[in-house]
Amino acid sequence: MHLKYESFVREPLVDGNKDYHQVTEDIIGPIERKPGRMWYVGFIFSILLLGFGIFSVAWEVYWGIGVWGINRTIGWGWDITNFVWWIGIGHAGTLISAILLLFRQGWRTGVNRAAEAMTIFAVMCAGQFPIFHMGRVWDGFYVLPYPNSRGPLWPNFNSALLWDVFAISTYFTVSLLFWYSGLIPDFATIRDRAKTKTRKFFYGFTSFGWTGTAKNWQRMEMLALVLAGLSTPLVLSVHTIVSFDFATSVIPGWHTTIFPPYFVAGAIFSGFAMVQTLLVLTRKILHLEDYITLGHIEAMNKVIVLTGSIVGCAYLTELFMSWYSANPYEAGAFKWRILGPYWWSYWAMMTCNVVSPQLFWFKKLRRNVPFTFIMSIVVNIGMWFERFVIIVTSLYRDYIPGSWSYYSPTWPEVGFYLGTFGLFFTCYFLFAKYFPVIAVAEIKFILKTSGDGYKNKMKTIEEKSQEEFAHEQAEHH
Amino acid sequence: MAIKKFAVACYDDEAVLFPAVKSVRHSGYKLHDVYTPFAVHGLDTAMGHKESDLHVAGFIFGLCGTSTAVGFISWILTSDWPINFGGKPHFSLPAWIPITFELTVLFAAVGMVLTFCYLNQIMPGVKKHVFHPRQSDDWFVMAVELNDHVNEAEVVNFLKSTGAVETSVQVAEDSWWYGRFDKTEPYQQLA
Repeated sequence: MHLKYESFVREPLVDGNKDYHQVTEDIIGPIERKPGRMWYVGFIFSILLLGFGIFSVAWEVYWGIGVWGINRTIGWGWDITNFVWWIGIGHAGTLISAILLLFRQGWRTGVNRAAEAMTIFAVMCAGQFPIFHMGRVWDGFYVLPYPNSRGPLWPNFNSALLWDVFAISTYFTVSLLFWYSGLIPDFATIRDRAKTKTRKFFYGFTSFGWTGTAKNWQRMEMLALVLAGLSTPLVLSVHTIVSFDFATSVIPGWHTTIFPPYFVAGAIFSGFAMVQTLLVLTRKILHLEDYITLGHIEAMNKVIVLTGSIVGCAYLTELFMSWYSANPYEAGAFKWRILGPYWWSYWAMMTCNVVSPQLFWFKKLRRNVPFTFIMSIVVNIGMWFERFVIIVTSLYRDYIPGSWSYYSPTWPEVGFYLGTFGLFFTCYFLFAKYFPVIAVAEIKFILKTSGDGYKNKMKTIEEKSQEEFAHEQAEHH
Repeated sequence: MAIKKFAVACYDDEAVLFPAVKSVRHSGYKLHDVYTPFAVHGLDTAMGHKESDLHVAGFIFGLCGTSTAVGFISWILTSDWPINFGGKPHFSLPAWIPITFELTVLFAAVGMVLTFCYLNQIMPGVKKHVFHPRQSDDWFVMAVELNDHVNEAEVVNFLKSTGAVETSVQVAEDSWWYGRFDKTEPYQQLA
C-alpha cells in the first residue's frame, strides 16, 4: 500500500488508467514505429531551411560582413538580436529541469525532456550568431585563453563579451550533461526491448550499459539534485551576463542596472512560449495528451503571464528612469524608440509582450490549446521585437545627428536567421523520432502518486475517518 | 569481476518487493542487487546502502574550478601581461566573478558526471548482463548469489514464497569494466 499520495485538489499528472508497462509503450512506441508523413515533410523542410542558412552564411563569410545591412552607426543588427532571442529561448529547459526540481514541482516530469532538448538546440543556434558576427570567423579561436604566439596575448577577462563566451559554453555543456544523464535509463529501456540489430547497437551504446541497480538510482538522484542546484544559479547567470554585454556599455538605453532581472524574466517568458509551441504540436502528433495534459499547459501559461507581467513592469520602469534620471540622452533614446522611425517595432513589442499575455488571467484561455499555440507564437514575435528594440533603436539615433542612420536586413541576414530555424527543427525532428520525448523513468516515479488511475484508488482512504485509518494501519503492521 | 551463479526473482509491484528484500536479508542469503526501472525511494536503505557521497566530488571539483579561474586570471592580468584599463587596479576581483562562477559550475558538473559514470561503471560501449528485459520496463528484479554454501532449489523456492512472479537461475558476470572480462576465472572452476 502506497501511503504517499496527493490531495485530490491537485489534478492528476498522468491521465488514463496507466500501469508502468503502458507508460513504456506510450512513450517508447513511437520510436519503434516508422514516422508519419508529417514527420518527413517537416524534416525535409527543416533540412532545406538549414541548407539555405548554410548558403547565406557561406556568402557572408566569402564576401565579408559588408553584405549585411549593418553599418557604422548600427553595428549590431539582426545577428545579435537573433543571438539574444535564441539564448533567451534556451532558458526554459533548464529552468524547468533545475528550478522546478528544487521546488519539487511534479508537473515538470511531463515536459522536462523536450524542454531541455529545446534548450540545447536553441543554445546551438544562438552560438552561431556571435561566431559569424566576428567577420573573420577563421580567427574565432582567438577568444580562447591559450598560450599563443601573439605575446602570449590573452583575451580580456574584464570584458563582458568574454564573460559571455564562458557563460554560454558552460551553460551548453551543463545543460547537455543534465539532459543526457537523465536520458541514460530511458535509453536502457529502449535497448532492453529492442528487436532490430541497429536499435540494439545504437541504444546499447547510448545507454552506457545502464542496468538500474538500487545504488545506480541513488547516485542518479543525487546527481540530478546537485546538478539542479548548480544549474539554478547558472541559468540565471547566463542571461544576466548576456545583459552585461549591453549594461556595461555607456550607450543610452543600455546602461541600466535593471537589465539583468529584466533579461532573465524575458528569457523565461520567451522560453516557455517556445516550449508551448513545440509541446502543443508534439503531444498532438505523438498522441501524448495523457502525459502533457491541460494541467501542464495551464501551469506553463501561468509562468508566461507572470514573467510577461515582470517584463511589462521592466518596460515601464525603463520609461520612468529615462525621465527621472534627467539625462537628456537617456530621454532622447526612449523618445526615439517610441516615436521615431522605428515606432512600429516598439509598439509590436508592447502589444505582443505586455498586453496579449494578460489574456492568460482567464482560466478558460489558459486551458485552451489552440489559443495557447497562437499566443506562444505571438509572445515569441514580441520577444524578438524586444531584442530588436533594445539593440537597433538604442543605436540608430547616435550622439551626433550627422551619424543618424536606418537599418534593414539584407537577404544573407534573413537567410542566416531562417537557417538557424532549420538547424533547430532538424535537431528537434531527429530528437522526436529517436529519443524518448518524455522522461519515462520519471513518469513511472510519479505514476503511483499522481497518476489518474492510482489517485482514484486513494478515494476510499480519503473518505475514512482519521481514527479508523490509524487503527487499520496499526493492525497492518 | 567474476562469473557467478544467481537466482533471479522478478516482482511486479514495489509493495511486494520491499518485504521480499527484507526477508532475503534476514534469511542470510547473499543479496546481489535489485534492478528497477525507476528510482524506488527507500530501496537503498532497505538494502542497507549508505547515502551517496557524490555531492562531495561535486564540491571538490567545484573548488578546483574556482581556484583555476582565480589563479589563472590573476596570474595573467597581474603578472604575465598586465594591461592598464583606465587606471583601474590590475587585481580587479569583482570583474572576474562571472568567469570564476562559470568555471566553478563547469568543473563541478563535468567532474561529478565523470565520477558518476566511474562509480556506476557506465561508459559508452559498456555491456552488462541484463537479468530480465523487463527490469527497465515494469518489473523489479532481484538477484541472489548462489555459492557453495546454499542449495539452489531451496533459494529458488524461498524466492517464490516471497511473491516473485517469475524466477530463474542464471550464470553471469557480476560486474563489468573495460578490459577485465577475459581476466576473470571461468565459472566451472568455481563450482
